[in-house]
Amino acid sequence: MSKKYDAGVKEYRDTYWTPEYVPLDTDLLACFKCTGQEGVPREEVAAAVAAESSTGTWSTVWSELLTDLEFYKGRCYRIEDVPGDPEAFYAFIAYPLDLFEEGSITNVLTSLVGNVFGFKALRHLRLEDIRFPIAFIKTCGGPPNGIVVERDRLNKYGRPLLGCTIKPKLGLSGKNYGRVVYECLRGGLDLTKDDENINSQPFQRWRERFEFVAEAVKLAQRETGEVKGHYLNCTANTPEELYERAEFAKELDMPIIMHDYITGGFTANTGLANWCRKNGMLLHIHRAMHAVIDRHPKHGIHFRVLAKCLRLSGGDQLHTGTVVGKLEGDRQTTLGYIDNLRESFVPEDRSRGNFFDQDWGSMPGVFAVASGGIHVWHMPALLAIFGDDSCLQFGGGTHGHPWGSAAGAAANRVALEACVKARNAGREIEKESRDILMEAAKHSPELAIALETWKEIKFEFDTVDKLDVQG
Amino acid sequence: MPFQSTVSDYQTVATLETFGFLPPMTQEEIYDQIAYIIAQGWSPVIEHVHPTGCMQTYWSYWKLPFFGEKDLNLIVSELEACHRAYPDHHVRIIGYDAYTQSQGTAFVVFQGR
Repeated sequence: MSKKYDAGVKEYRDTYWTPEYVPLDTDLLACFKCTGQEGVPREEVAAAVAAESSTGTWSTVWSELLTDLEFYKGRCYRIEDVPGDPEAFYAFIAYPLDLFEEGSITNVLTSLVGNVFGFKALRHLRLEDIRFPIAFIKTCGGPPNGIVVERDRLNKYGRPLLGCTIKPKLGLSGKNYGRVVYECLRGGLDLTKDDENINSQPFQRWRERFEFVAEAVKLAQRETGEVKGHYLNCTANTPEELYERAEFAKELDMPIIMHDYITGGFTANTGLANWCRKNGMLLHIHRAMHAVIDRHPKHGIHFRVLAKCLRLSGGDQLHTGTVVGKLEGDRQTTLGYIDNLRESFVPEDRSRGNFFDQDWGSMPGVFAVASGGIHVWHMPALLAIFGDDSCLQFGGGTHGHPWGSAAGAAANRVALEACVKARNAGREIEKESRDILMEAAKHSPELAIALETWKEIKFEFDTVDKLDVQG
Repeated sequence: MPFQSTVSDYQTVATLETFGFLPPMTQEEIYDQIAYIIAQGWSPVIEHVHPTGCMQTYWSYWKLPFFGEKDLNLIVSELEACHRAYPDHHVRIIGYDAYTQSQGTAFVVFQGR
């Protein structure tokens, strides 16, 4: 039945608030935490969010009638209270699949977190979660290799990967930098990492770094008989430069490169992930700028959304925080999004912050990377929280060892293997952490010194962004 | 007074991946690890190689993977039989996970020379 054009301003809720709607399996679902301006009804705020993030604009326009907007519009189908917060509420919105370009995370985010976040009727708005329909997931490339392939290439089984960032993060020449890489890898680490700030500065141009690092990786591999790697940061100012660096890493026969996916952008990241898939290269992903977007409990985008987006855009490892170290992160929330990085199906579980069932189909998994202010005493807790499909990175906890980075690396490797062995033998590693580490230190003077050096270091601050629960 | 350094020299060691940094396990400790493999529902696999080939992706199978085998003692006796047949080879046990097509764990039980 065709409609008549009726100029003017209609209330959003007349069109976009549809509590009777049953979402389709192919709909993209989103949960927003909304805080409206005083006096604006919840339904109107929620409908406005649905409208402004899909087909709507503030006024009725004649050209709407050239199409069937009922087919394309986003709909708010449910409103829920936020536990413990009287002024905010959750709005659940369903978007038809055809609103989005196939395989384009960039396009999804441009709609869902675009203009709507500046909308004046809202005081705050936070995108809490997205349920990507399997029909959309099947159009995304995803991780270029995934957990299983990465393990096979690196020959690491039955334990987390062990890594560290090279320090000082800025100011070393290429040759000195390669030396630190060599020390860490010969000491027992599997992987080392360029700091995210390292691109191609005057003190160390990228080509120089790549060449010295490649020599260090190959030498450590020959001497230890184990497979080694270093995340060569290819993040650059232009896509052309990004690919040039990636090509050179491949020429040097290096197994893994690195990209900063938020500062670099989703388009660049998806392109690089495609390149990695084509070239048999592993891809480590850093997340600089995420805390600007995800830390405020009422505004921005929750990291679980950014993590899901990365799995779709492509990456084999992603930083997720540590729970126990110096950086923000609540345990249950972290478990909720690392499930979404690694599993093939994640059920709705509000106690972990997951608002929807999420079916990942055959999409490969992403290693969860824990890095930032962690040291040997944290090892049992890290293994218990993150499990085997993770990469544990100790920067200060490696280079800060009194005997140097190689001894620091060995201390961490001994601690990790002692914890894995104890877990497999049925011991409760968090409760018995002290005994397990002290026993292991009897056979490792490097670990004994490390335990002594970091015995008093804790980061006990309350988490800023907590799960919404009734207090 | 003679000079005493507080810094020790760290010597690079050749290791064989998982558990390479721990002292050799006792028989009982090895049993615990195999029991873990069985309890996870993984299939035990025994592989061996001459030390010169330890960085190869493929080591030789001992017989075939022991699909679905739950008997700890049988796996232990197969490990020993493999070691007797190839005394100079590294012998490792793998917990093979057919669902992920990956190794749940893998470690060297006997080191060859």
